[in-house]
Amino acid sequence: MQDIIKSIEEEYYKKDLPLFGPGDTVKVHVKVVEGTRERIQIYEGTVLKIRGGGLSQTFTVRRITYGVAVERTFLMHSPKIAKIEVTRKGKVRRARLFYLRELTGKKARVKEKGRFKK
Amino acid sequence: MANLQKAILGTKIGMTQIFNEQGKAIPVTVVEAGPCVVLQKKDTVNDGYNAIQVGFSSIKEKNVNQPLKGHFKKANVKPLRFIKEFRLENSEQFNVGQEIKAEIFQAGDIVDVVGTSKGKGFAGGVKRHNFARGSMGHGSKYHRRPGSLGAKGPARVFKGRKMPGRLGGDQVTVQSLSVVKVYPERNLILIKGAIPGPKRGLVIIKNSVKA
Repeated sequence: MQDIIKSIEEEYYKKDLPLFGPGDTVKVHVKVVEGTRERIQIYEGTVLKIRGGGLSQTFTVRRITYGVAVERTFLMHSPKIAKIEVTRKGKVRRARLFYLRELTGKKARVKEKGRFKK
Repeated sequence: MANLQKAILGTKIGMTQIFNEQGKAIPVTVVEAGPCVVLQKKDTVNDGYNAIQVGFSSIKEKNVNQPLKGHFKKANVKPLRFIKEFRLENSEQFNVGQEIKAEIFQAGDIVDVVGTSKGKGFAGGVKRHNFARGSMGHGSKYHRRPGSLGAKGPARVFKGRKMPGRLGGDQVTVQSLSVVKVYPERNLILIKGAIPGPKRGLVIIKNSVKA
């Protein structure tokens, strides 16, 4: 029975997802529909958490724009996401980086993981 | 039973989510529907009404009792687990042995789904009738009790009073669900939202009475 469900989900999975985790900085290329036109918007920030598995897997990206913190949660396999780019690997010791919410300025940074080739 | 145009038997497989053309995630229930075989035709002359009797899901012959075995032999089909009757509008057009397949439904169809809800056993008023519960703390000793059963005046409890008792295991119909996708060659129908019953439970999918 699970095989049937898996086979249905199979055709919706993205095959070319990069490996990334909490603390990494990612550029998310989001497809935005304006009227009839479709364009791509880039949203860059720190990955706060990755939740769930399978088709319903989501990840939350936090960024601070003009002093306002924004957290957006995306479905990992959503067709609305054209591409995910990993720009920086972060060195973190936990899976959920909620402590970043209380921090501002220089403290709210994540150390870079060494030996990461761009 | 008015205007029943099409119906099929199926078993619930489980739930998942898929993406539609707009890229939105749609929650769907996967149902393995059909192929159902027509076992018998009922007509106004012999039975007083028009209907077809269909069977679904094959079983071993040793698990079928003699009367049913004879019934299957008469229709010249292999033994089937579930037998149901559909009073379709066009019952006369079917023949014994004919198969009803998942392809009678297409994506975008509005359907009603009949199933048997999951049995919850003996349940209290909070779960069974959505009673409000009392405070669980702050010195309260009144947690999940049913409360007053009525006024003092009649000196008895009125019939139909909502009380604790058996919950679930009833026939439940969910109306106006939409078909998201059909895989005709794999006998699968994807219906938006939840449908009653456990996994492997028998469900009837039929055209919506409201659409």
